[in-house]
Amino acid sequence: MDEGRKIRVLVAKPGLDGHDRGAKVIARALRDAGMEVIYTGLRQTPEQIVAAAIQEDVDVVALSSLSGAHGYLFPKVAKLLKERGIDDVLVIGGGVIPEDDFPELKAAGIAEVFTPGTSTAEVIDYIREHIKR
Amino acid sequence: MALEDIVRRALAREVRAVSRLISIIEDRLEGFERAYAEIYPHTGRAHIIGITGPPGSGKSTLVDKLAMEYRKRGLTVGVVAVDPTSPFSGGALLGDRLRMQRHVLDDGVFIRSMGTRGRLGGLSRATSGAVDVLDAAGYDVVLIETVGVGQSEVEIASLADTVVLIQVPGLGDDIQVIKAGIMEIGDLFVVNKKDRPGVERVMAEIRTALELSEMSCVEGSWVPPILLTMAETGEGVAEVVDACGEHLKHLGEEGLAERRLRRARAETMEIASQRIWQGLSERPGASEEAQRLAEAVAARKADPYSAAAALYRLLVQ
Amino acid sequence: MSQDELRKEFSRWKSGTYEKARSRFAERKERFEGSSGREIEPLYTPLHTEQIDYLRDLGFPGEYPYTRGVQPTMYRGRLWTMRQYAGFGTAEESNARYKYLLGQGQTGLSVAFDLPTQIGYDSDHELAEGEVGKVGVAIDSLLDMETLFDGIPLEKVSTSMTINAPAAILLAMYIVVAEKQGVSPDKLNGTIQNDILKEYAARGTYIFPPKPSMRLITNIFEYCSANVPRWNTISISGYHIREAGATAVQEVAFTLADGIAYVEAAIKAGLNVDDFAPRLSFFFNSHNDILEEVAKFRAARRLWARIMKDRFGAKDRKSMQLRFHTQTAGSTLTAQQPDNNIVRVTLQALAAVLGGTQSLHTNSRDEALALPSEDSVRIALRTQQIIAYESGVADTIDPLAGSYYIEALTDGIEKAVMEYIEKIDEMGGAVSAIERGYIQKEIEDSAYRYQMEIESKERIIVGLNEFTTEEEPPKDLLKVDPAVGERQKAKLLELRATRDGSRVEASLGALRKAAEGDANLMPFILDAVRAYATLGEICGVLRAVFGEYKPSGV
Repeated sequence: MDEGRKIRVLVAKPGLDGHDRGAKVIARALRDAGMEVIYTGLRQTPEQIVAAAIQEDVDVVALSSLSGAHGYLFPKVAKLLKERGIDDVLVIGGGVIPEDDFPELKAAGIAEVFTPGTSTAEVIDYIREHIKR
Repeated sequence: MALEDIVRRALAREVRAVSRLISIIEDRLEGFERAYAEIYPHTGRAHIIGITGPPGSGKSTLVDKLAMEYRKRGLTVGVVAVDPTSPFSGGALLGDRLRMQRHVLDDGVFIRSMGTRGRLGGLSRATSGAVDVLDAAGYDVVLIETVGVGQSEVEIASLADTVVLIQVPGLGDDIQVIKAGIMEIGDLFVVNKKDRPGVERVMAEIRTALELSEMSCVEGSWVPPILLTMAETGEGVAEVVDACGEHLKHLGEEGLAERRLRRARAETMEIASQRIWQGLSERPGASEEAQRLAEAVAARKADPYSAAAALYRLLVQ
Repeated sequence: MSQDELRKEFSRWKSGTYEKARSRFAERKERFEGSSGREIEPLYTPLHTEQIDYLRDLGFPGEYPYTRGVQPTMYRGRLWTMRQYAGFGTAEESNARYKYLLGQGQTGLSVAFDLPTQIGYDSDHELAEGEVGKVGVAIDSLLDMETLFDGIPLEKVSTSMTINAPAAILLAMYIVVAEKQGVSPDKLNGTIQNDILKEYAARGTYIFPPKPSMRLITNIFEYCSANVPRWNTISISGYHIREAGATAVQEVAFTLADGIAYVEAAIKAGLNVDDFAPRLSFFFNSHNDILEEVAKFRAARRLWARIMKDRFGAKDRKSMQLRFHTQTAGSTLTAQQPDNNIVRVTLQALAAVLGGTQSLHTNSRDEALALPSEDSVRIALRTQQIIAYESGVADTIDPLAGSYYIEALTDGIEKAVMEYIEKIDEMGGAVSAIERGYIQKEIEDSAYRYQMEIESKERIIVGLNEFTTEEEPPKDLLKVDPAVGERQKAKLLELRATRDGSRVEASLGALRKAAEGDANLMPFILDAVRAYATLGEICGVLRAVFGEYKPSGV
């Protein structure tokens, strides 16, 4: 545990949604899986999330929104990362997200979307298998 | 990005490169020693300030407000915020940034969260790596926020030019810092949440402890001021910044040089002892021998000193 | 039979008959637990209710300590208010939904606002991008409020508004819409949630720091007791605390602790307890464990009555009555096999009714997927109607009373809640417990434990971690028209161009001055609303004076 890289994850709540039960449960589960989790708190703009992701040099940005604003907010985060030339950060999203919206989100650069009922183990496995560095 | 590129850009304060370089040094990735060698000549310019105090005393909030005040004064700020790593999983929940997020879009502020990662004595090394990168990148002030408990405080504080010790009334154990014997590391004392009952008592306790300490007896020595703040509203924060400046001035070139020598010595010795340990553990048969010796000590067939001497002989033979 | 005889017989049964069976066939679990980790025993008998004194602890409906209900006739007199929370998109769309619901036999309105409204931003604010009209209706100014209640006679309906940080402003808008309909404020019925403490602790739609927020709340108490006497000035909410992951005990404990903080703040502001306390109302969650929930509601009623009487010296009976709205637990709904949610909601609604709720919202089966469709909302409402008219549970008062288990559980929850309240008192009350992150941490710990129980299958959720099936993705989900944001922005532009700008300026200036001093802000907010100042402008003035709340850590 002493040496070497640890997976670093930024857990972020974009937009105005205040429901952070899911985000906090995931944050704890990732910690318990040995990852370093940076939680930014509520009401983050995509710009703030991307800036924090860069300063913290994270491997993963995990977005959570339950307000239905994911269609605007998630792609914006992916787009800003791309604009800053960052292609080694995995972006995933979770929340009350209808399956109809998945294709659009994935096309925008959200690697995977997790909906209510997903186990934290699934998210952990997904991250371990898909981080880009 | 190639390592040379990362170093060059980090020295030009390019955020992504600064951030990546911190990771390289923290994780001791391929080439980290080379990178360190290149940035080190550029360090030594920033005012390094350690912020420490018990959990719940408002360290993050104070750091947030200090950063704001330094920005108001036209200075750039780097922040290294340390949170505990879980000893069970090795993971960490790094939540200090939560209270500092307002600065995230300001180019003049760089915030980095770190876990203690359970390294024996290695925490200060990882932290000092991050501090050195920020220093070399040209941030005028580097604030280190500590975990808030235990020996690591003293360790991290030794990295700083100025150490701010925060206390807060009503934590139930007002004198915990004094008891822990780390009173001596404080260059200035902040009593935060001054609207809470019990402020007077905390101040009196700090004063008593200071009077008892040896430092106050020496003529012309720095007398740590006790400042009152409400970090939540920013009240009293400008005075803390002023006092940090005063302290730096008081240290002068000589005092600063002395502190930095102390840090350099500690760091070098620590890295060296790490290397020695590493060197030993890389010797074929060394870990088996260590295990055998440990068993002998446990069985009272050898004493720990002679066992250690035997191990040491293994290294130098 | 004496208690001693019973004790002897009980221990004979337990160590004999029961243990013999158990040693042959192990029980399903090593230990059975309620939501708060409390052990559930195999059997409850009169031995478990020995310490209960009927007259002291239960009493009669409509009488202290109100364990059996706040009204003397309960549902034999009048059924609970069936109130479905609704609102989305623009004021026009929500207005149409309200009219539909009233037409279907719903008896009260419940307004959901979108997040920008709840956090005091106009629809054209940077942070509102993507959020306008999503989780509720967007209200930027009095203009939208007029549309929202167009054709709905406000003296006839009772309206509940889920609004907290800017509650004073939305209430002011409601009062002014009524004025324009020719309805005087003393005829208005309804509730504003107005519960800021649980926003800090669990729900996240706060704006200002605790101190000015408490001032706004006491300003509302004071203004309404003089001018809008039938209005429920606060709905102290455990619902969201539970949704955030709290246990049943924590839900009641933190809610009542918040209630105590409000009462103390109002008394400190110089109000007489019996002048405002009768208008305090509560809002609880109804979760899956029916019996625990029924006991929870009963314990909450008894506790509040005792707190008001003993701690605050209330004299008015109404000050001691805990009246509450209930919503079935949204977090128990699964995205998998969504029709199962209808059954969950039925059980939860039944618990609320057996627990003596005053009003009820039943969730729709598709809420883990999207906003509820019209069909789903109708089924949810029908669920309540079936319980009310067909099940028979509404025909006698507090029908589960006297069950050994229910009474022992009611007692146990009361005690566990009091332990929490004492702990919070020691910390200096709910505000400081929240500032220290204590309440948040307690809730988060429970949420994490719950999730881990599901993942380890210690807790079975049908269709989720057991009895799963392959499913097609659901169809016909309600989508909010993404153009809502643009429409709201256009409306705002037009409003700003056509209103009397100098009147807006003047009213906002006066509000600012009042906020800097210590006057009651309601009259100033009403003036600004009448001048068509926007919600964002009014909150902007208050933000400038009060500052904004920054949460404590994780």
